[in-house]
Amino acid sequence: MTMSEKRESPLAKAVRETSGVVLAECYQCGKCTAGCPMARYMDLTPNQIMRLAQAGDDAALERLLSCEALWYCVGCLTCAQRCPRQLDPAAVMDVLREMAHRRRKIPAAARKILAFHKAFLATVEWGGRMAEIPLVLRYKMNSGDFLSDVFLGPVMLAKRKLPLLPHRIRGRAEIRRIFATCRKGTRP
Amino acid sequence: MARIGVFICHCGENIGRTVDCPAVSAAAVRMPGVVHSVDYKYMCSDPGQQMIKKAIVEMKLTGVVVAACSPRMHERTFRAAAAEAGLNPFLLEMANLREHCSWVHADKAAATQKAIDLVRVMVAKARRDRALRPIRVPVEPTALVVGGGIAGIQAALDIAAGGKKVVLVERGPSIGGHMARLSETFPTLDCSQCILTPRMVEAASHPNITLMTYSEVESVEGFVGNFTVTVRHKARYVDPAKCTGCGDCFNKCPLKNIPNEFDAGLGMRRAIYVPFPQAVPNKPVIDAAHCTMLQKGKCGLCAKICPRGAIDYKDQDSLVKVKVGAVVLATGFQLWDHAAYGEYGGGRLADVIDGFAFERLASASGPTGGLIKRPSDGKEPKTIVFLQCCGSRDDKAGKKYCSKICCMYTAKHAMLYRHKVHDGRAVVFYMDVRAAGKGYEEFVRRALSDDGAEYVRGRVSRITRKQDGTLVVRGADTLAGRPVTIEADLVVLADAVVPRPGSEKLAQIFGVGYDQDGFYSEAHPKLRPVETAAAGVFLAGACQAPKDIPESVAQASASAAKVLGLFANPELEREPIIARVNRATCAHCRACISACPYGAAKDFDVLDRAGKVLRTVVDVNEGLCQGCGTCAAVCRSHSVDLDGFTGEQIHAELNALL
Repeated sequence: MTMSEKRESPLAKAVRETSGVVLAECYQCGKCTAGCPMARYMDLTPNQIMRLAQAGDDAALERLLSCEALWYCVGCLTCAQRCPRQLDPAAVMDVLREMAHRRRKIPAAARKILAFHKAFLATVEWGGRMAEIPLVLRYKMNSGDFLSDVFLGPVMLAKRKLPLLPHRIRGRAEIRRIFATCRKGTRP
Repeated sequence: MARIGVFICHCGENIGRTVDCPAVSAAAVRMPGVVHSVDYKYMCSDPGQQMIKKAIVEMKLTGVVVAACSPRMHERTFRAAAAEAGLNPFLLEMANLREHCSWVHADKAAATQKAIDLVRVMVAKARRDRALRPIRVPVEPTALVVGGGIAGIQAALDIAAGGKKVVLVERGPSIGGHMARLSETFPTLDCSQCILTPRMVEAASHPNITLMTYSEVESVEGFVGNFTVTVRHKARYVDPAKCTGCGDCFNKCPLKNIPNEFDAGLGMRRAIYVPFPQAVPNKPVIDAAHCTMLQKGKCGLCAKICPRGAIDYKDQDSLVKVKVGAVVLATGFQLWDHAAYGEYGGGRLADVIDGFAFERLASASGPTGGLIKRPSDGKEPKTIVFLQCCGSRDDKAGKKYCSKICCMYTAKHAMLYRHKVHDGRAVVFYMDVRAAGKGYEEFVRRALSDDGAEYVRGRVSRITRKQDGTLVVRGADTLAGRPVTIEADLVVLADAVVPRPGSEKLAQIFGVGYDQDGFYSEAHPKLRPVETAAAGVFLAGACQAPKDIPESVAQASASAAKVLGLFANPELEREPIIARVNRATCAHCRACISACPYGAAKDFDVLDRAGKVLRTVVDVNEGLCQGCGTCAAVCRSHSVDLDGFTGEQIHAELNALL
């Protein structure tokens, strides 16, 4: 065990063990924020999330778990690709998002995003792959947002972007087993 | 009968904390041959050395073992003390209780036992030590300086001013180095050419300096005080003795579009050229790779035009041997190639340039005559973005280290641009501003407050080019916590400072160490910053680490002082740890001759009184032998022994451990 590991905060330890990122290695250059396509919508920019996670105190954790930015990350991994320290801010945000989810600390603005994540996973569990119409229906049910983007539906149908009969894969039993394993919390 | 004294040092707490020094002392006094043993807090201090000297005289010691730190640290100190007390210094041995014992162990009882074993080993060796005399070798009082940049020029001038001869070897056609390319210098903004060119002229005309431009070091033989260096004069195709530098040839050469390296490719030169008008020597060379005459045998215009008949297309590389006593390496640096950064255009965007290109744009003698024009369309840029740490502090795609000079030259660039383009906008992306130097912080503040440079704290993620040629720079302002997008006409990257290509090969030629980035290693990072592991080879300038001009000049003068110190004595003393051949048993199999890496083992004829050869054996040249012991290892008849490390001594040491 190195010196830095001995001195790291519980948060830094959790981040390192789950994502492999050693937070102390971030030198706050901001290249993650510079390349992030969502940074302009975030209440905390990626480098600020890294900085607060480095601080690791209770107040910092509270700000992190209640921020909206965690939920805005689209997982494009530009931050990880460009990071000169070879760190992965998106993976850190994954860890924090899981923590926020476990503690039920989800900001109001992020509830629809969570609803979308859940709808997506339920669709994959049901059919073994993405299917547009079941996904949209599930999302509308989960979020209670029935009216937004309704006029897009006919346009997408006309452009054959919404197949009416969703395709389901043959190996659905295996997919269900993967989901069951994940629910048990053990890594495959 | 041996009378050995053992002196055990606590090294403050360094040894004393883990090793029971009084117990070691008590054990030592019972070892065979030991008549005296004592422990003390700091053996290297004056009272500690006095203890050793007093014991040598009063106890009539024939050998001394100092159990303390590494011999690399203090063997010289203790041997000098022994010599002062009248004992041959090579009868003193050191047992390393610090690096080899206390620093690497925690268990005090076991460490104490190991310390006793280490002392017993050295006592066994010391009992078999013989008095040795230092070897004296003559010194050739001429220095070789490799590299004709400001560091090399300064070192050469200082050595020459000290009355010693200098050979200054430069790879390019002119001396002057990178400094000749700069427009103005921080933090005073004095014109680089105005302060450098007089020195270039002085170096060329100094009676003690022999200039060898367009030349490279090929190989080196010998050792400190007596190097023989082979220098390759590259074919110039122009006889410098006949050439007057009139310039008719390079004004008429039909090949006009060869990018000039000196102008970072922004200006053009001919196939026969001087890199810049103020070059020293101001005599052209022919670039054989481009010249039509040398490539295809056609043209020959320059030879027809030259009024002095100085052009010689049949010129060949020639090798010259020079004898020197000391060497200063001043090979300098270059900028890292930002082609590795795909997100910054990968070197394919014409208007994304490096710091030297900007220097040439800002220079009065540059390709634009000092007007800031962007390379793609010659338009005056209204917004310039400067990126610091491009390739520096990036262990993924670039270099781990900070390049040190970029903060300052970027501030200078922003300033020069704002002085030249009053309605222009200079935006600097930085991570930290490292302005530690006399007047440096004030200079950066001036760039911000007086000249209106906009500093944004953050790194840039991407540079893209729009249809109309505008560059879109996507960065971050980490202090404001937001991404920033700036549309720029020109982007200047402060590329990392890296050593010159071929610097590693040159280090191997001279036996100098280098780090993983290719920078030359100094002998000690604090106390021997200009020496190297190779005796008689010194360092100056950015070949050792990124350095600005004042630091390069200071180090060059320091290396000149070291060279002059070396040359102050007509002879050098070196340690007599060399191989010795027993002529009575040598079978002359010559295995040692082929094994010796220094060429020190040579055939030797044993003659009778009449001068008739009785038999041939091997003899070792005292000047060349470095005491590596390879010959002793390969000798089949055990006829070679190493003074100070004889086979008998090594066996005795091993036996003492068993």
